[in-house]
This record gives sequence, C-alpha cells and structure tokens, in this order.
Amino acid sequence: MSNSRAQIILKASGIGKQVTTGTTELTILSDVSFEVRAGETVAIVGVSGSGKSTLLGLLAGLDTPSAGSVGINGHDLYALDEDGRAALRGRMVGFVFQSFQLLPAMTALENVMLPLELAGAAEAAAPSRAMLARVGLGERLHHYPKQLSGGEQQRVAIARAFVTRPKLLFADEPTGNLDAATGGQVIDLLFELNRESGTTLLLVTHDEAITGRCDRVLHLSAGRLQA
Amino acid sequence: MKVAQEIRLAWRLLARDWRAGEITLIAAAIMIAVAAVTTVGFFTDRVQRVLELEANRLLGADLVISDSRPLDPELRREASRRGLAATEILRFPSMVMLRDRAVLAEVKAVSPGYPLRGELRIAERLFGPDRVAGTIPGPGTVWVDERLHTSLDIAAEDRVGLGNSRFAVGAVVTHEPGVELGFLSGAPRVVLNAHDLAATGLVQPGSRVRYRLHIAGDSEAVEAYRAWAQPRLRSGIRIEGVRDARPEVRSALERAEKYLNLAALTSVLLAAVAIALAARRYLQRHLDGCALMRCLGASQAVIVRLYAVHFTVLGVLAAAAGTAIGVGAQAVLVLWLGRVVTVTLPPASLAPALHGAAVGWLLLLGFALPPLVSLAQVPTLRVLRREFGVPGSPGLFAYALGMAVIAAMILWRAQELRLGLTVLGWFVAAMAIACALTWLLLRAVGTLRARGVSWRFGVANLRRRTGATILQVVALALGIMALLTLTLIRDDLLRTWRESLPRDAPNRFIINIQPDQAAAVGRFLAERGTAAPELFPMVRGRLVEIGGRSVTADDYTDERARRLITREFNLSWATRLQADNRIVAGTWWERAPGRADQFSVERGLAETLGIGMGDALKFDIAGTAVTATVTSLRSVDWDSFNVNFFVVAPPGLLEGYPATYVTSFHLPGGRVEVLNALVKAFPNIVLIDVAQVLSQVQRMMDHAALAVQFVFLFTIAAGLVVLYAAVASTQDERLYQATIMRTLGASRVQIRRAHLAEFGLTGAAAGFVAAAGASGLAYYIAHGFLRLAYAPDPAVWLIGIAGGALGVAAAGTLGTRRVLETAPLKVLRALG
Repeated sequence: MSNSRAQIILKASGIGKQVTTGTTELTILSDVSFEVRAGETVAIVGVSGSGKSTLLGLLAGLDTPSAGSVGINGHDLYALDEDGRAALRGRMVGFVFQSFQLLPAMTALENVMLPLELAGAAEAAAPSRAMLARVGLGERLHHYPKQLSGGEQQRVAIARAFVTRPKLLFADEPTGNLDAATGGQVIDLLFELNRESGTTLLLVTHDEAITGRCDRVLHLSAGRLQA
Repeated sequence: MKVAQEIRLAWRLLARDWRAGEITLIAAAIMIAVAAVTTVGFFTDRVQRVLELEANRLLGADLVISDSRPLDPELRREASRRGLAATEILRFPSMVMLRDRAVLAEVKAVSPGYPLRGELRIAERLFGPDRVAGTIPGPGTVWVDERLHTSLDIAAEDRVGLGNSRFAVGAVVTHEPGVELGFLSGAPRVVLNAHDLAATGLVQPGSRVRYRLHIAGDSEAVEAYRAWAQPRLRSGIRIEGVRDARPEVRSALERAEKYLNLAALTSVLLAAVAIALAARRYLQRHLDGCALMRCLGASQAVIVRLYAVHFTVLGVLAAAAGTAIGVGAQAVLVLWLGRVVTVTLPPASLAPALHGAAVGWLLLLGFALPPLVSLAQVPTLRVLRREFGVPGSPGLFAYALGMAVIAAMILWRAQELRLGLTVLGWFVAAMAIACALTWLLLRAVGTLRARGVSWRFGVANLRRRTGATILQVVALALGIMALLTLTLIRDDLLRTWRESLPRDAPNRFIINIQPDQAAAVGRFLAERGTAAPELFPMVRGRLVEIGGRSVTADDYTDERARRLITREFNLSWATRLQADNRIVAGTWWERAPGRADQFSVERGLAETLGIGMGDALKFDIAGTAVTATVTSLRSVDWDSFNVNFFVVAPPGLLEGYPATYVTSFHLPGGRVEVLNALVKAFPNIVLIDVAQVLSQVQRMMDHAALAVQFVFLFTIAAGLVVLYAAVASTQDERLYQATIMRTLGASRVQIRRAHLAEFGLTGAAAGFVAAAGASGLAYYIAHGFLRLAYAPDPAVWLIGIAGGALGVAAAGTLGTRRVLETAPLKVLRALG
C-alpha cells in the first residue's frame, strides 16, 4: 500500500537522546532519521531496551530530544512550545498504549469523549457513542475501566484514539498486555479502522503477526536504525 | 523468610522509601503530632503548675493547715522530712495601745521564712516608697499597716503596747500575702516576730487564736503531703490550697485548663487526619510494589509483618524526632515565659514526653495500619491489571482502632467522662454533618452546567470521585476550620475571656452594712466617684435539712462539702437574676411569679452537697427554721468579682430576719483616703480588700492566654499539614489525568483552568464547611465550655470560603505544576 507520491506526514531527522544517570551519560537514541508517508503502516521493532518506546515518545512530542528534529505534516514539532505540541497532538495525533492509559475515574464514554472535549468540539457525546459502537462496546458505554476486560479496555483506547480522526496514530505495544486471541482481535480492529479512516499508523511491537501486516518495518538496535 | 531477614528487608524498604521521599509526609505528620502533644503536655503540666504557684502567692503558701488549737508538731516535722518549706503563724485579735488610744487590730506572729509564697512589702515611713521586706520584724519590733499607723497617729520614736510588752514600730506594711476573707479581714494589722509572743502574755487558754502552718514546695510533694496529712487531722482543722480558698481563682484556673486541653485535643485530631491522609497516599503509591512482592511469592502475612516492622521503626524514629522538637519548643517556652512569670518554673517531668510519643505512636497504629492491612490484600493480578486493587474510600470501620485511640485521648484529656463523651459525640456528629454538607454541595455544583471544557472537566472530576472528594473536602475543612478558629475566633474568644474580668472589676468588698446605713453607704461611694454600687441584703443561716433529711458533716466524705455544711451560709433575696448568673435548671421566679418559699441554688454547691431540683432546704436562721423548695439551679461567674450568693430566695421569704447588706466596688489604686473616710463614717462596716486577688487572677488570665497562643502554634502547624496532605492525597491521580489530557492534546491553560476549577471548588466547599464548623465550635467553646457570651463574626464565612478557594487553588496548582513542566512520557512511565 506504499504510495511514493503521497505526502510525507512524519519526518525524523538525526534524532538523538541522552540521559544522565548519576555521573554516567547514557545514549538511548543516536542519529535516527526516516520518513513516513501518509497512509503508510510502519512497525518499529527491536529488542528490549533498543529505544523503541523512547523514539515513539519523541515522535509524538511527549519528550524532548537531545538532538535532531521531528516534522509532522510539515510542522517542526520541536520548534513549537509544549502547548503548541499539545495542540498539534490534539489536531492530528492519536495514541494507543500498551497499558491502555484510561482514566479510572471516568466511564468508557467519558474516556472517549475526553479528546473531543479538550479540542473544544461542539458535540462530543454522539461521535464517541458511535465510535464505541464501532469497536463493539455500544452496550458498555457507562462502565468504568475496572469493569472491563483487558481487550475491552484496549478497544476503548482505540475508540478514543480514532474519535478525533487523527492523521497519525501511534501505538506502543498495543497487544503487549493481552493474550494472543484478544490481541489478534484488537489488531484486526486497529487495522480495520486505520483502513477506514486512512490514518497513518506507526507502531512499536514485538509481535510478528503485526509486523507482517505492516507496509514497512524499521529495525532499531542499540538506539540506531539498522539499514 | 527468617525473622532477621524480614527485619533487614523491612529496614531496606524503609531506607528506600525515605530516599525516594515516599514517607516524608507521613513522618512529618507523626512528628508534628508528637511535637504538638508533647509541647501541649509540657504546657498543661508545667504552665499549669506555674499558674497554681502564682495563685498560691495569694495564700502565702501552697498549703495551709489551720486550727483554733496548737497544731500537732508532727505535722511540721513531717513537712521538713519531705523536704517542704514550713513556717508557723499565729493570728489573733488584740488591742494595740499608744498613749491614750487603743485600736482593735489583727496580730500576726510570724517566724523566719514567712511568707513562703508571694511578697511582704514594707515602707520605711507612712506613704513612703515600699520594697520587698525579705525578712521578718526583728525582736522587739513590730510592723504595722497604714490604717493602724494613721489610727494611732504613730510618730518616729513611739513604742506601741501589745499585751505586757512594748514595741518599736520598724516599718509600715504596704502589701501582704495571705488574703483571707472572714476573719476580722477589715481590721488594721500588726506583724510581730513570734519570738516576742510569749512575753506579751496575749496567748492564753481560751484566747481567740488561729494557729496556721504554711507549707510550700514541689507541687507533687505538697500533694503527697496533703494526702498524708488529711486523714490525720481531727475534724475542725482546715487544710486548704488556693483552689479551696478562692472560688475566683479556681474558676480562672479551670478555664485556663479547659482552653489548654481543647488546644491539645484539636492538635491530636488534626494530626490523626494528617496521618490518615498521608498513610492513604502511601498505600496508593505502594500497591504495585506489594502486588509484585505477592507475585514473587510473599504471603499476605509476610507483607503485613514487613510493613508492621517498617512502620514500627518509622513510628519510633518519627516519635523520637517529634519528642525532641517538643522538648526544644518547651525550652523556648520556658525562656519566653521566664520573662513574664515571676516564679521559678518547676522542672519538666518526663511524663509529657512519654505521653506524646505514645499518642503519636497510637495514632500511627490507628490511622496508618488499616490502609497497610489493605496493602497486604492487594490482588496479585494487579501486576497485570493496574486497575485492580485500587482502594476505595476507606470506611469509618477501618479506622475503628484510630477512633478508639482518639476517643481514649479525649476522655483522658477531658478528665471527665461526661465532658469527654460530649466532645466525642459532637465530633462524630460534626463529621457526619460535614460529609452530608459536602455531598449536598457537590450535588449543587453538579447542576452548574457551565461553559468551557476546563470548568466542566474540573466539576465532573469532583463528582466522579464523590467519595474521595468528600474525604478530601472534610479533611481540608478540618484544617481550614482549625486555622479559622485559631486565628480569627481565638482572638475574639481570648478578648471576650479577658473582658469578662474588666480592669475596673470590683476590688473591695464591704460587709456588715446595717439596713439603715445601706442608702448612706451607697451615697458616700457615689459622691467619691465610684460607680453607684449595688447593695445586696444578706441573712446568715445554717443548712440543716435537704429534702426532709437532716444533714451534718458526717454525711459527707468530700472535704469541701464537710466544710460548707458546718459553716453558716449567706442567704440573699432578689427579684432580678444577676447579670453574671445563668439559670441551668428550672425557672427563675421573675418568669414564674408566685410562691415566696423558693430557693435558687448555685450549681457547684448543689453538686457538692447533693442538692437536686425540687428538694426542700431547711435553714436555721437565728434559731428559726425556714424551709423552701429548690426551683432553679444557677451557674455563677465567680471570677466576675461581683457579690454572689450560693442560695438566693425571692422577696418575701427572708425579709423578717436580721439582715446586713454587702456590696463590692472598684477603687482606683492610690485612693486609700476614701477607705479611711469610709471606715470613719461607718465604724461598724468591714472592708475587704480583694485587689490582690483581682490582679492575681488578671495576671493568671494574661499568662494563660499567652500559653494558649503558643500551644495553638502547633495546632496551626498540624492544620497546615492536614491541608498539604489533603491536597497531596489526590496529586498523583491529578498528575496522571493531566498527563493523559496533554497526550490527547490539552493545552497548559486548559489543564491549569481545570485544576483551578477543581481545586477552587474543593477549597470553597471546604471553606464553607469549615466556616460552619468554626462558628459552631466557637459558639460551643464560648457557651458550653468557657461560659462566655460570644457572637461569631460573620466575616468568618467570607474569609473561610474565599480563603479556602484561593488557598487550596494556589496550593493545588502549585503541587500539580510538575505535570506542566515534566515531559508527559516521563510521567506516564512513572505513574502509568
């Protein structure tokens, strides 16, 4: 499904990340550069500690890199301040986390409504209900996360990610906390929705069943992209 | 795991928690609790003893034993054996002669050491500057007071006659301790060296001599001595401390004690809340670790034991630190009080430190253990499903142990079961009302469907966690209430208390005014610029029957009751209830006029003698029996220094009996000439000087007020810790929520506004509840506790609500500022 004429939606240039622990400086990422075109599905793989999740966080503007830049849809992410990055995320980016990251004090519906409410959408409830119905949770709108199974929680998280119709969706080990069968259903759902909405999908995973379904796979090793 | 291994592991957990700052709050809460309790303990212990010592200066001793016969020398020897200071004094009336004049005076024969407490001040010449005597008159010399000096017109070389001896007049007594009502109090005085007494030949069998043994020393030793002496004294021998002698002083001391105990209780309650909140937060932050330990094979029992050791060590360390702070604080206090208190402070006893540590430790057990037990019960599945095992609001039942500790504290502090239970009942009721009020406020706020996602999010956040919000609001309200009560209302209360004894309170009493002189005495005083005094009729009678049953001293074991029953009562009659009296049972006759055979009895007297409403009291008045029914009980502000009576009748019952009149008035200092003129114009009246008692009570009030303010500093600290703990208790959750919001694209402004809305509403609700609580508490303290008229300031509401909203919003946004400054990824990893 790769489309070489499609516009570049994500561009990473020379990303580096160092952290200092005590007196030692630890390099997590070093000179990572790549581009992702609109509509592509890209998997980032690598052994544990290779820097996958850090890279994903930097691509989404959740942390600041020590070097390099990230462009999303032509905007230089790190030229923006934190609020600017948050606004950009609100407009263009969706997230699915390994540990779901649903707010425990909110119902499924309220969790899905949250990004719309934050973006100041005039109507948050109706699209959220529709999206929850789409992921098969139309009957569980008013349940709290603790009343849902792991797979159901991840489906709520997926509904939350897609409800704003993001151009770019980041997923960090989306099946990492789920059993194989449930994980498979969640991945099916993720790719279905991705196709329906034409979103660009960038995910970090260990799961070969997922990498096999992606247009492209980036291998990360010791903080560097392998050719 | 072996015991030693477990202890080592527990120690490592503690060290790790300490380094990570996980137990700072809980340790601070315990430390402040212990420091507060310890300091308050030292205060109620040492300062109370100072107040009593000061009060004893009035009596001239800590304890006085007196009799009309010579006292058993064993009494004095025992006092010396116990390391107490003791000195004997003889008092008797005698004529003092000079040339052709003779004046009846009260002679006081003193021995070295007199006075044991307070000061004897003398001047070289009449109206000359005075100084502390520091000694007693030398042999062959007497000291006389100003009135005797004036009456006899003594010149420099004159020698006055006393019985068979003649004495040089060495000095003029301007001030002496040992004010005692009743015994020739109005007569001029002579102070004589006891060494010269035998030569005068004045003390013979049958003379009206009062033998007094003055005792002073360490208060515990004095109490022990009193306990030793009491059963050895035959009936008729009086033994009294200042509390027995002066109802005004007793009343003032008891109020001071009540105030201090109240401060102590408030600190303890606040500390308990702080510990509970801090422990709850600790629990929330350690669920993962515990789940992991269980996952790795630790049984519930092992986890309970690990944390029990962990918290025992924490409790011991924090309590030790708190005790150290308490000891330091009371040392500061000693320095500070040393400047205003003129007596030496008694040494600190170990007891308050032990009490403080024990209380802190019990609070930790009672309020930190329940969450810790639930920590052990965390489901192992939590390692996979974080939403498992999130504790709900802990129920009141979980804190039963803590509540029991608090209840025990209250009962112990109140030292009176009924008062303790009342306070406890009020506390529980107030908490329930506060919860209900918060719930209603949350419902009301929920209907405010307003614009803006931030506001809506903030409001929704509050309602979504109703239980936790109620807990937080009530905790915040407790903290704010303490601050409101201690800052705004305290000043009002202290002022009201001090104003209850105005600077121009009566300092002189006149008794024995004949009925035909009453009007003239009133006119005399009014003409000389004192406020027109109110004169009260007085009839003396002995109480012989209560409820148809004859009573004697043998019917009572209580010393005060035995003394009261053998004395004649001063009965009076009145139409109106005096301003400083309050009806506590029954009705005053003005409201229900009718029969004349009624009595209104002072409550304390009724309790001491076992007199109840409806009892018929029979008095023997000059050989005639007068019987009437008790139709009301009154509380009396004895420390108002107005004339007051234990038993009052309506007009019509007592008028036929021989009465005299009594009054009290304020004489400004230095106007002795008024007294001399008064005594000259009305030679039969007896003047009683209570100026010393009055200034002593005023000084005691001032000191007590200072002490109370110092104690309240700790209460304020405890209140601030509660506020901080309450805000911090939900901080992690807010951080997490805010991070998710940022990940989903929320701007800082949106998050800040949401926090402002949420914290502001929480603070306003807490302020509202706190203002209600503070007003109620102040009303209760004033009316129920201190018996003062007091109207709460309406500004409390404004300051409570606005201050609560602003303060909590500021503290809350400050506390969650971190989320706006830290990269979301870090917070997600740390909390997620």
